[in-house]
This record gives sequence, structure tokens and C-alpha cells, in this order.
Amino acid sequence: MLEASGFFDILTSLLSPVCEAVGIPAPVVPLGLMRPVTGSGSFAILNGILEKYGADSVISRIASVMSGSTETTFYAITVYYGAIGLKKTRYTLPAATAADLTGMLSAVMLIKLFTDH
Amino acid sequence: MFRAEAAYDSGDFMLNLIWVLMIVLSIICSIVTGRADELSRAVGAGAEKAIQLIISMAGVMCFWSGIMKIAEKSGLTDIIAKLLSPVLGRLMPVYKNNAGVMRAVSANVTANILGLGNAATPLGIIAMKEMRKTDPHSEVPDDSMIMFVLLNTASLQIIPATAAALRQAAGSSAPYDILPFVWMASGAALCVGIASAKLMSFICGKKRALRG
Repeated sequence: MLEASGFFDILTSLLSPVCEAVGIPAPVVPLGLMRPVTGSGSFAILNGILEKYGADSVISRIASVMSGSTETTFYAITVYYGAIGLKKTRYTLPAATAADLTGMLSAVMLIKLFTDH
Repeated sequence: MFRAEAAYDSGDFMLNLIWVLMIVLSIICSIVTGRADELSRAVGAGAEKAIQLIISMAGVMCFWSGIMKIAEKSGLTDIIAKLLSPVLGRLMPVYKNNAGVMRAVSANVTANILGLGNAATPLGIIAMKEMRKTDPHSEVPDDSMIMFVLLNTASLQIIPATAAALRQAAGSSAPYDILPFVWMASGAALCVGIASAKLMSFICGKKRALRG
């Protein structure tokens, strides 16, 4: 629903200037935002980036590493707790979000570290 | 007393709030961006996918429960559990001595490492059910349960198959050369996840001690 409504487009355009300033390329921002929410949506974005920038470009590498290093957080949390009927999750969400953020920021930093000359 | 309960409640509140927020934001955005009919299509598609997921999960669960039983009878799960116990025992101290739980957890972790996401999820559900057996009426997950869910959301895949496949299809000269980076990034994510979970559980323990 969020994807179809254009929410991520709005969020991306809001966050892009900030991210660019820190060194995060704008096209991967939607990927970073959506990866914890939807697996298929994020792979669609990855595909778009691969096609637009070529499979071996820096941006594509960042996007690929981002996709490969985290899981669809909300889905996993819902499935695992839902399977045993728990509705409360205590600190699962903050901890998982911290992990996801780390994965994505590391993806950007690592690729830049090892490919910039 | 209220603080400790607030810590428990805030997790629940957060998740529900997020779902509601998502729906409300979607509706508002779709009106603003003029994509309202796309939105209603997405609602229908989402509902359909949910039903498909439930049906396929049921079938897959049956299959993997059967595999687990076979593995258990053959002693395979005991061997794997013994190998992983030093690490898993430290990560999930609550269930350290519960053989049934540790067997299921080991199976799930192994599946994740091997990159068999579709196997890992049902195995993970089996593990959650085993953990639930020890306290069927609790309303909140205990620290080890949270750690287990965390291990699954920030999982360490040896082979990021889907990303590599997409790269190859797009004509990459070496689709798997991102492997070490994926390992490092996942590793970092896992470490931060584990560290923050341990930190939170420590803080919650302190709150409980203050209350008691």
C-alpha cells in the first residue's frame, strides 16, 4: 500500500539531499527505506538501479550489498511472533532497526572504501 | 512499577502504531500524489497475496515439521545442536538447557547460513513454538526469544543468491564479487543487533530489579 501511494517517493525526495551530503547516493535511499518492509519491492528497486547504472557501477554494488545484507524485518517479526500468538514485541523492533541501519550504512561505507581510488 | 510495564507495553504499542501509520500515510499520500486508484488496486493485490501466503505456509510447515522429525530420529539435529551450543547458549541463555528448543534453533540457524531462507522460516516457527511451550500464557517474549527473532531478521547468508542472480541478469562481469562485502555488512548488522539486544535486556533487568 505504501509503495503504491507514492509515500516512498515523497520520503526519498525529502531525504535525498541529506543523504547525498553524507555520501549516500540518492538512488539507494528508496532501497534502504523499503528493504525492511518488502522483499519483492526492494528487489524491484535493485533491478531498476542495476539497469539504469550498469551492473558493475559503484551505485549498483552498494545497492546489491544492501539487498543481500538484511532481511525483510517487518515480515519476519510479524510471522515469528504471529505464529505463537504474541502481539507484544518489547524491544525487538528498535534492535532490529538498529541492525538494519548498520547493515545499510556499512554497505555504503565498505563499497566506497574499497573502490574509491 | 509503571516504568517496567511501560517498557513492555511500548513494544506492542509501537508495532500496532506502525501498521496504522502505514495505512493512514498511504491513503493521505495517494490522495496528494493522485494515485488513489493504484492504492485500491494494491489493497486488493495485498489481500490476495496474504491468502496465498497462508495457504503455501501451511503446506510448507507440514513438510518441514516432517523433516525435523526425521532429522531428530536420526540424531542429526543433536549433532548440529552440540556444535552450535557454545554460541547459541550464550546468545539465548533462557533456553540453554532445553534440548527441544536448541535443536529447532540450530536447524533454523543452519538453514539461514546455508541460504535456505524458505526452509529457515518454517524451522524458525517450530523453534518459536517450542519456546512457547515453556510459558504458554505469557503476553511478552522473553529476552532469548527476542534474540532468536533478531538472529533471523539480520541473518548471515553465505550466498546472497537473489541479489547475485539479479546482477548476473543485468550483465555483471562478476556477480559474486560483492560476497565479502555482504558478509562484512551482514556481520556488522548482526553484531549491532546482538549488542543492542543484550543492552536492552540488561536495562530491562535493571528496571525489574528496581521494581522488585
